[in-house]
Amino acid sequence: MSTPTVARPSLDDELHAATQGNVRSIGRLVSAVENADATVLAAIATRKVGAPLVVGLTGPPGVGKSTATDGLIAHYRAAGRTVAVLAIDPTSPLTGGAILGDRIRMLRHVKDPGVYIRSFAARRQLGGLAETTETAIRLLAVIGFDIILVETVGIGQSEVDIARVASTTVVLVSPRGGDGMQAVKAGVLEIADIFVVNKAELPGAEETVRDLTEALAHRRPAPDSWRPPIVRASAATPGGLDDLAIALEQHREWLEHHPVQPGQVRAELVRRALKDAAVDRFRRALAVPDDAVARVLEGVTPVDAVIDELVLLGRSSRPITL
Amino acid sequence: MAARILVAKPGLDGHDRGAKLVAVALRDAGFEVIYTGIRQLPVDIATIAVQENVDMVGLSILSGAHMALVRKTIIALEEAGGGDIPVVVGGTIPSFDVEPLQELGVRATFPTGSSLTDLVAGVHKVLDQHAAETEGTSWTS
Ligand SMILES: Nc1nc2c(ncn2[C@@H]2O[C@H](COP(=O)(O)OP(=O)(O)OP(=O)(O)O)[C@@H](O)[C@H]2O)c(=O)[nH]1
Ligand SMILES: [Mg+2]
Repeated sequence: MSTPTVARPSLDDELHAATQGNVRSIGRLVSAVENADATVLAAIATRKVGAPLVVGLTGPPGVGKSTATDGLIAHYRAAGRTVAVLAIDPTSPLTGGAILGDRIRMLRHVKDPGVYIRSFAARRQLGGLAETTETAIRLLAVIGFDIILVETVGIGQSEVDIARVASTTVVLVSPRGGDGMQAVKAGVLEIADIFVVNKAELPGAEETVRDLTEALAHRRPAPDSWRPPIVRASAATPGGLDDLAIALEQHREWLEHHPVQPGQVRAELVRRALKDAAVDRFRRALAVPDDAVARVLEGVTPVDAVIDELVLLGRSSRPITL
Repeated sequence: MAARILVAKPGLDGHDRGAKLVAVALRDAGFEVIYTGIRQLPVDIATIAVQENVDMVGLSILSGAHMALVRKTIIALEEAGGGDIPVVVGGTIPSFDVEPLQELGVRATFPTGSSLTDLVAGVHKVLDQHAAETEGTSWTS
């Protein structure tokens, strides 16, 4: 038996230190959550929390999520609120490694004790990315942050995850040669509370706004429901996020008057995106065995029967990647 | 679970090709690499290391000012409560500076010309040693 060479405080002391702003303690606790440490999960599940504003930012790679996050940090800090950021990047499916580079766009806040930034790899989270993110948000709420910003790249099922955990989901698109709508997948349309056409100073922005407006016009929202606005932004320009800040404030006010029922949280919004993600996961999990191909080629087994087999096979395969 | 490593470039030298190569090699070896670009102040590197709760800080220094920068970074880490986080250094490190760096607390040095394979192996070794030293460390309830 070896004796620990680094003494650690009790969990209570660590949580207390974290609420007092001890960054070392906050960092260690977030790691514990990330590693699904049962003691920490239990400790924070039973603590009282305030109601922080959780803003999720999602969108395709390079659209400006980190730059917008940086701008929102400045916006909320100017209003005297403390801010925590979870910046989630994809994990390499081959090696399990990741390069987490989002905070490079947020370096100007490094000296501000009212800002805590944490990079997350969307790695094979034991409990799933959504659960880990949700618990990390809860921890940051226990610690006492007023605003929690969650950046996640809009690929695969991460959009679903973000809609589950955020009070406000912001979907960013950029005008790329007029094919802006290509970047907005069906599932993403469903989960947005606010659409941002970022890089709005570039050509094609108005076209993208028009495409989005059209795509949304087909929906028949219930009379009392929130209608996601489409705002223009230039995240890299001073003042370029003013309209987003206003839309976020409007949504926050709307939420105050329309508290979400726990348990049926945005069920309809999430359902469709979930389905997309499930189909996607199935597609990736299913490998068609050579023997199935051979039996169809030789006409030994009817095609329908082989498809039934494959459905069962796909269901029992665990996905390798997130 | 994948270890987390901060790859940082303190000091004024402006090119980070080497640091980026290292970041990619570590990612390919299965590490989670936090990369923050060039010209970082030692005190900011320390803040980022504890915010991210990394398992190791890797400094890339080509300016020749490694003694001063490493000393400042290690002091800043201690002040931030992260004195237990192992530090390794790569870059233009003359052999006569290896020992003085170790005396400052540096766990491994990778002079320019080290192969990426050796670097990854060296990182694994430092992490294993550190894990053995801190075995059994966790919160008391
Ligand atoms: N022209 C213009 N460029 C912008 C704007 N916002 C961000 N950028 C640039 O777009 C590039 C990518 O920005 P990021 O904020 O890193 O984008 P991201 O969505 O976080 O990227 P990933 O995290 O890699 O998916 C950077 O070079 C930014 O400076 C904008 O409003 N206009
Ligand atoms: Mg980013």
